Amino acid sequence: MHRTGELYGQFKTLDQQKETASLGMWIFLVTEVMFFGGIMMAYTLNRHVYFHAFAMGSNTLSLQLGGFNTVVLLASSFTMAMAVWSAQTGKKKLITIFLSLTILLGFVFFGVKYVEYAQKFHHHLIPGKNFNIFFCRDNPSKCDDLSAKDLEEENKELEEASAADPDLNAHAQLYYSAYFGMTGLHALHMVIGAGLLFWLLRESVAGRFTPQWNTPVDLVGLYWHFVDIVWIYLFPLLYLIDRHKN
Amino acid sequence: MDAQSTHATGPGLQLPEKSYLNETTGIRSWLLTVDHKRIALLYLVSVTFFFFVGGFFAMMIRLHLLTPSGYMLSPDTYNRMFTMHGVTMVFFFLIPSIPAILGNFLIPLMVGAKDLAFPKINLLSWYIYIIGGAFTLYSMISGGLDTGWTFYTPFSTVYSNSAVAPAVIGVFITGFSSILTGLNFLVTVHTMRAPGMTWFRLPIFVWSHYATSIVMILGTPVIAITLGLAAMERLFGLGFFNPAMGGDPILFQHLFWFYSHPAVYIMILPSMGVISELIPTFARKKIFGYEFVAAASLAIAVIGFLVWAHHMFLTGQSTYAAIAFSFLTFLVAVPSAIKTFAWVATLFGGSISFDTPMLYAFGFLGLFLVGGLTGLFLGALGLDIHIHDTYFVVAHFHYIMVGGAVMGYLGGLHFWWPKITGRLYPEWMARIAALILFVGFNLTFFPQFVLGYLGMPRRYHVYPPEFQVYNVMSTAGASILAIGYLAPMVYLTWAAFYGKVAGNNPWPATGLEWTTASPPPTENFHVTPVVTWEAYDFHNRPELELDVPRAPTLAPAHGDD
Amino acid sequence: MQSPLPFFPEQASSIANNVDALFAFVVLTCLFFVVLVVSLVTFASYRYRRRSKGEVGDTVAGNLVLEIGWTVIPLLIAIVIFAWGAVIYVNFRTAPKDTLDIYVVGKQWMWKLQQPNGRKEINELHVPVGRDVRLIMGSEDVVHDFFVPAFRVKMDVVPGRYNTLWFRPTRPGKYRFYCSQYCGTNHALMGGWVTVQDPAEYAAWLSGESGTTTDPVSTGEKLFSELACNTCHLANGSGRAPSLNSVYGGKVLLADGSTVTVDDGYIRESILQPNAKIVAGYQPVMPPFQGLVTEEQIVNLTAYIKSLQSQPPPAKGAGVLPVTTGKK
Repeated sequence: MHRTGELYGQFKTLDQQKETASLGMWIFLVTEVMFFGGIMMAYTLNRHVYFHAFAMGSNTLSLQLGGFNTVVLLASSFTMAMAVWSAQTGKKKLITIFLSLTILLGFVFFGVKYVEYAQKFHHHLIPGKNFNIFFCRDNPSKCDDLSAKDLEEENKELEEASAADPDLNAHAQLYYSAYFGMTGLHALHMVIGAGLLFWLLRESVAGRFTPQWNTPVDLVGLYWHFVDIVWIYLFPLLYLIDRHKN
Repeated sequence: MDAQSTHATGPGLQLPEKSYLNETTGIRSWLLTVDHKRIALLYLVSVTFFFFVGGFFAMMIRLHLLTPSGYMLSPDTYNRMFTMHGVTMVFFFLIPSIPAILGNFLIPLMVGAKDLAFPKINLLSWYIYIIGGAFTLYSMISGGLDTGWTFYTPFSTVYSNSAVAPAVIGVFITGFSSILTGLNFLVTVHTMRAPGMTWFRLPIFVWSHYATSIVMILGTPVIAITLGLAAMERLFGLGFFNPAMGGDPILFQHLFWFYSHPAVYIMILPSMGVISELIPTFARKKIFGYEFVAAASLAIAVIGFLVWAHHMFLTGQSTYAAIAFSFLTFLVAVPSAIKTFAWVATLFGGSISFDTPMLYAFGFLGLFLVGGLTGLFLGALGLDIHIHDTYFVVAHFHYIMVGGAVMGYLGGLHFWWPKITGRLYPEWMARIAALILFVGFNLTFFPQFVLGYLGMPRRYHVYPPEFQVYNVMSTAGASILAIGYLAPMVYLTWAAFYGKVAGNNPWPATGLEWTTASPPPTENFHVTPVVTWEAYDFHNRPELELDVPRAPTLAPAHGDD
Repeated sequence: MQSPLPFFPEQASSIANNVDALFAFVVLTCLFFVVLVVSLVTFASYRYRRRSKGEVGDTVAGNLVLEIGWTVIPLLIAIVIFAWGAVIYVNFRTAPKDTLDIYVVGKQWMWKLQQPNGRKEINELHVPVGRDVRLIMGSEDVVHDFFVPAFRVKMDVVPGRYNTLWFRPTRPGKYRFYCSQYCGTNHALMGGWVTVQDPAEYAAWLSGESGTTTDPVSTGEKLFSELACNTCHLANGSGRAPSLNSVYGGKVLLADGSTVTVDDGYIRESILQPNAKIVAGYQPVMPPFQGLVTEEQIVNLTAYIKSLQSQPPPAKGAGVLPVTTGKK
């Protein structure tokens, strides 16, 4: 790892180095678009064919938690952008503060995700042998984290959905496969992003970033914004299908 | 520019004292190198290894098919042979070969840079390739893979009794090597060109790799996620592609081919780039229609993304979709035609010599022509009904992949061997090997066109006896072909240590890479080059010591640069 | 049967001639370009061979007329080939009316075929010459493909859906058919013979003795009552479900306002997942039969429902929309 804005051997000027690094990150993000795009395509096609099961799946997700997480990530993008601004304007102390806030918000996101995933586990909604979309209807005592009203609404939706789709369980499992696939992939990218942020934090505490050279902050910022944008797509795709008033 | 004489070869020449090969020594200096030239050699060794692994499987296939009744291998074993032949050759030989070896070595030299944009990422891409290869090799030795390299579901995800998951994971991992290589090339061409090296002075080799890199970065992530989902289905029973769980096998095919069709352009574009260097060099004439050739390379990359479902004409898809994809398939043939005619036109008015690289270029012209033209048969809907999934397809893609891509690869290896090693290969042995390869290749694969139209399906471990004659011809050709492959492996290796010293520019050729020493110093150029000449300009380069111009045969209208 | 070095399979279907003609056209086109390029390269190699060590080529490097020419001409040729091929394909994908329908089920590693009268075959297909034959194909496991080289036809057989292929045999004889989508261990053994017979011979064969001859229509009728379909689908239209008289081949109006044609696929879907496409004006009360009926039972039920085509629909409670244009 080179130190404060030294020129790497293959570059001639700092400008060329910065332009190169930036272009590299943008092209990498394009590959990420194609990567997520594939699974989003599979999801979209299946949602069209198995609309009832997917709507059912969507309605078992918590709008509050998902919405909260969306706000959290948007805020973290803001703090990240502030970190980049601080680096560009030479406010070294602020870089550290904003990076820390971004990491904190990232962890809040993880926390909420953990709560959501744990709930799915308890409700037998993890794809596999034990997957059962009817679990909470058939075992209401085991799903006591849901309010009675929520449970009643869910059961009503279940009844409608299973009348429309006799294979509801199999198709709902497809929904959950996509749910875990997409949010899992997204979470993995966030973990990597968090790792990068910790590294940036360490470097910023050591005072490495200056207005003349702050490329890593810039590029990690790009990456973090991209991960945020992916969530902006995932949230309506997964959480907002056919939502009735909750 | 180095003081050494340019293209004269002879007893007076000496290897440079220090070059990228010996500036640092020891195994760590190779395994932890960030020098693009050393990384190219790391790839050369590993890619050659996988080429022979794939070749071994090919030998098994052809030996077994000598008789109609399957005397040699059990059905399951045969199915593993053709599958692993395909997986190895496609993902571990054809996709990396020219870009990761010649592209890595030459692109910084050709644009006048000290290295690629991201040298460490370059090394990482090699390690990723090795790790992916290791997973796939593990799959092969732990029972093998029998799904076909196309992994169609639900056979691969539910029914196959072979080591599907490690193989799929191995290919998944190796895909990232491809992505990183493409990323490196794109950025390098954009930001690392030497002063005076404008876009339209770049060698066509660079344009071809630029187009290839676009395909690599846009297409490869899609196969990554597709194989990821397939692995999930195999390991955890998810159901996207399994009809018993509401999934759709055709969805897998769409996602798979969305990458795998552009992938064939990853395999052929670099080879076309090599040919675009060989023909001007050995005809000593600028390539005909430079801008058209460059544009055609990009056109192939773009249109190549729009034709994938021509692999699926008979899945029951909508007739309208089939018509659209067929039309686009015919469109994508046109840029290749433009390039082929450009190469031929370059010869007219040139000063042609028949060194080995030029023989490979001629071989390419003929074989790629046949391969590309036979694509017209397959793209025509009415014909595809009959020849889809028969040996016609097998013959078609081997003509392009072996007759096209491998010819370009070998021609390029021979052409740049002096630059890479500092030494010349034995010319006459090489010419004979090239001819043997050409003869063996045609005898192997031409009969397969006939077999296909007669109706012999692919991936058959036994076949009706009336097909035996052509199968025997094909196997006979394969044994000749094998000699054509083994010979260069032997004499190129020998030449690297004991060949005649080459000098900077033995041919001579006009690229920037030939202005520096052979082998080059680690930093490529002692002094940053400043480019003032056009690509393939044999006339304004006195240092090439070429002095006898041929009078123009056509009126010098356009293109007099 | 064939000469030692044959190049073409026999032409035994109505499209084989046309397919071979297109093939010949493309072969000639390719031959032309190969000869052209090889001649040009050979000529240039001789005429412009290097004559002295330092010789260099001339400076001509482009010509717009040539560029346009060798772009436009290949494009035009390509369009001709495309169009010809597309016409053959559209014809191939559009089965004529009044076909002899044969149900085909592919599974690892055999083919089960069922004639209209219920006579079953394994790895064999008997068809009458000169008749339009339609194969309706499903798979029990992985993707297969039914390929008859002499007819120049093939079609994938995909689990989870029906695919159809049609042909008209033109010459009596025996022709090989193959599975041509890799499907596992014995993929290469999954083939057999199509026997094309004179219509009289075919009819005789069809009604001949076979251990598995059961008339699918009567089997279907039995199933229809055993599975209690007849308790809702009353013929007179007064039941909880539409009458099935005359319904096959007609159009039905669905609850969401769209119309759909009642074909084998719709019948199958309605048995397995009845609430996917409910007829307008009816409640979603039909229980799904997924997992309760086999593919063969569906085939027999379909044959029975098809046989109700000739029954007049009731005035009220008919499943089918009234025929307005006389088109089926």
